[in-house]
Amino acid sequence: MNKLDIAKSEPLWNTNKNIIFIITGLLILLIALPLFGLNSFYLHLFIMIFMHAVMAQSWNVIAGFSGQISLGHGAFFGIGAYASSFFFVQFGVSPWISIFIGMFFSGIIAVLIGIPMLRLSGHYFAIATLLIGISFQVVFQRWELVGAASGLWVPLTQGDSWSSLQFHSSKAPYYYIFLFFLVITFFVVWLLNRSKIGFRLRAVRDDAQAASSLCISVSNYKIIAFVISAMIMAPMGSLFGQYILIIDPDRMFNIEISIIVLLITVLGGIGNIWGPLIGAAILIPISEYSRIYLGGTGGAVDLIFYGLILMIICIFRPEGLISFVPKNILEREKQR
Amino acid sequence: MKILTVENLSRAFGGIKANEDISFEAEKGKVLGVIGPNGAGKSTLFDLITGYTKPDNGKILFENKNIFGLKPDKISSLGVGRTFQKLKPFADQTLLENVMIGAFVKENNIKKARDNALEIIEFVDLIEKRHHFARELSTGQRKRLEMARAMAIKPKLLLMDEVTGGVDQKTIPGLVELIKKMRNLGVTIITIEHNINIIMEISDSILALDQGKKIAFGSPKEIQNNKKVIDAYLGTVDAA
Repeated sequence: MNKLDIAKSEPLWNTNKNIIFIITGLLILLIALPLFGLNSFYLHLFIMIFMHAVMAQSWNVIAGFSGQISLGHGAFFGIGAYASSFFFVQFGVSPWISIFIGMFFSGIIAVLIGIPMLRLSGHYFAIATLLIGISFQVVFQRWELVGAASGLWVPLTQGDSWSSLQFHSSKAPYYYIFLFFLVITFFVVWLLNRSKIGFRLRAVRDDAQAASSLCISVSNYKIIAFVISAMIMAPMGSLFGQYILIIDPDRMFNIEISIIVLLITVLGGIGNIWGPLIGAAILIPISEYSRIYLGGTGGAVDLIFYGLILMIICIFRPEGLISFVPKNILEREKQR
Repeated sequence: MKILTVENLSRAFGGIKANEDISFEAEKGKVLGVIGPNGAGKSTLFDLITGYTKPDNGKILFENKNIFGLKPDKISSLGVGRTFQKLKPFADQTLLENVMIGAFVKENNIKKARDNALEIIEFVDLIEKRHHFARELSTGQRKRLEMARAMAIKPKLLLMDEVTGGVDQKTIPGLVELIKKMRNLGVTIITIEHNINIIMEISDSILALDQGKKIAFGSPKEIQNNKKVIDAYLGTVDAA
């Protein structure tokens, strides 16, 4: 066989066996975990980790895979929350369907925002998204149709209801629902990475000029990434709304959401599919525990922790915590 | 047969006329060399043809289609490939991935796109380096990467900006051979070149620019004996 035939006979991807074992094991463990009788605090902790991992993955798609730093991504979280709750409260549409309505609206709004804003590059795009994120909160605080500042209150069902996606006796169903969305999201992003779109997004990220010499419409691909990212974020807003059953602008369009998805992703490893999961698994417990131990007096202490950790990471490990994982376990997808 | 017709193309940056009234034609399947001293407007001309810089006025016809003012991705989609003087590889991706991104233009299937990319990498003689990241490659290898990536879109016209610039002497003959191999595949080539010996060797016709203007257009022989070209390149001969 000549060299070309040898090269052609190579598998397309050098998927590492170890990572498959690790992921399968982790997944089985996570599925089994509530069966050991986790109390509701731990269930809540895991729910928050799952939710933030997905939210950070959403940000990872736009920032890590296509190179656009968005500082207003919380807007899509709020849009998802409001869209699904509004249709549930007003028209009795099942949350299972209204989640998709939320995704749809989120995608449409991403296109509308994306077309003018993705013409801006680098810092200007970041600043513009920051303002968009804030302006959504201001609009929803004054929009009577969706309850203005007091928000929407999801009508409570009698007891647990899968069709209304409400569970009062245990948090375990929420745990599994969030876990399900986590798995789906990571699988979709993994597929995206291996697809033609994934290749082209990386091209746009690495060098937009070179990409356009290869027939890639840079602006179109930036919009595609923005829309995919927004549609990943929206269901988390919808589910979080169903989890706390109050949808108000201060919570759902909080600027903190846009910031924390960035912190998690950068901490875990930006541009790496596992970065958001590792980042969330470390930052969320810090946040929840500091809230317990420092209580109301030190409301922002967790942010000081974040800041410190992030500074250390950025100085010593700019690729994020993922870079601590041995290379032979977490090899880059393509073989060298 | 003409594949590219440029008429009265002009572009000014502020008061500087980077390209002024440039007209020429490129014959299908031939190599057109573009020469001129630094600042003559060669790279600007490439950027105008490929859409990276908007022309002020003039006409650019590619296969009788007006491509004046189109965006770069539209122009490349019509079959106009290019490489860059300041190399632009996707640095954190492997050579194979770089070329695959080009191959996806003609092939949606990942396996087939990979195999097409591999064939092109074999063509530019870098098959052993396929899994190396672009940033690990030498300048000469990155030039081949850019040529391979541009070839992957199966261009009818390929514009190459200083293929032999910035590489050591030993590497140059291989790159020149590669340009000839590409021409032999039927690709029309327009190449910017500083090395006069090379341009005389590979070109079927030559366009000479100086200070944004066309000073000569013709066969290598004609250019070699053109007084204006000699003056622009070597300074006025009488002065010596």
